[in-house]
Amino acid sequence: MSAIDPEDLQQHRSYLVRYAILQLRDPHLAEDAVQETLVAAIEGRDKFSAQSSLRTWLVGILKHKILDMLRRRAREPQLNVAEGEDENELVDALFKENGRWAAPPQTWNEPEQSMENTHFWEVFEQCNQRMPLNTARAFMMREFMEMSTEEICQELSISTTNCWVLLHRARLALRECLDINWFGNVR
Amino acid sequence: MLDCKHNTELLSQSLERRITWRERLAMRMHLMMCRGCRNFEKQLAFIRKAARELPRKL
Repeated sequence: MSAIDPEDLQQHRSYLVRYAILQLRDPHLAEDAVQETLVAAIEGRDKFSAQSSLRTWLVGILKHKILDMLRRRAREPQLNVAEGEDENELVDALFKENGRWAAPPQTWNEPEQSMENTHFWEVFEQCNQRMPLNTARAFMMREFMEMSTEEICQELSISTTNCWVLLHRARLALRECLDINWFGNVR
Repeated sequence: MLDCKHNTELLSQSLERRITWRERLAMRMHLMMCRGCRNFEKQLAFIRKAARELPRKL
C-alpha cells in the first residue's frame, strides 16, 4: 500500500521540526533531520501501513535521523571540547554541606492542571533549553524519545552511572526551573 | 542516615533501575521525616509525566 501523498507529508512538517529542535537544539540541524525523514518516508512509503497514524510513523523515522545526526556530530571533536559543563555547580547550590536541602521543595499547586495550559508548555520547553547540552540531551532521550537507559549510555558513550548522574541533574535542574518560573515559589 | 542529596539521587535512580530493598527502606525512612523530599518525589513523577506528554503538545 502506498497511499502517501507528498502533500500529506508536508502537513506534518512543522510538527516534526519542533520535535527535532527539542532534541537537537539547533534549527538548521532539525530542518536537515526532517528533510531526510521526509525523503526516507517517500522512498519507503511501501513500508507504511495504514494501521498506524502517519505522524507516528514519521516520528519513528525522525527518531532514527536524530540519532544519526547526533552520532555524526559526536565524531566532530571540536564540538565535544566545547562542552565544558560543570553541572556540579547546580547540585552544590541546591544542597548544604551536610547534604540537606538549601531550600526544601515546596508543594506545587495543581500540577496536573498546568498540563492543560499552553503557557506551561512554553515554560517547560524554555526550561529544557536552559539545561546544559549533554544533560538536556540525555533527559530528552530518556523521557521525550522514551529510550532506555542502556540505549542512552550507548548513544552517548558513557557509563550507566554517568547516565544516571546526567538524568538526575536534568531532573533537579528542570524542577528548579519550573518551581521558579511556573509554580512561582520565590526563594 | 540518608541525607536529602543522596535521597534525591535514589529517587531519581528508582526511575532507572530496580533499587534494592535496603535502599528502598532507607528512602522510605527518610521520606517519612522529610517534607522537602516528599514534595520532590511527587514533582519528579510529574516531570516524567509532563516530558512524556510533550510530544502531544507540540
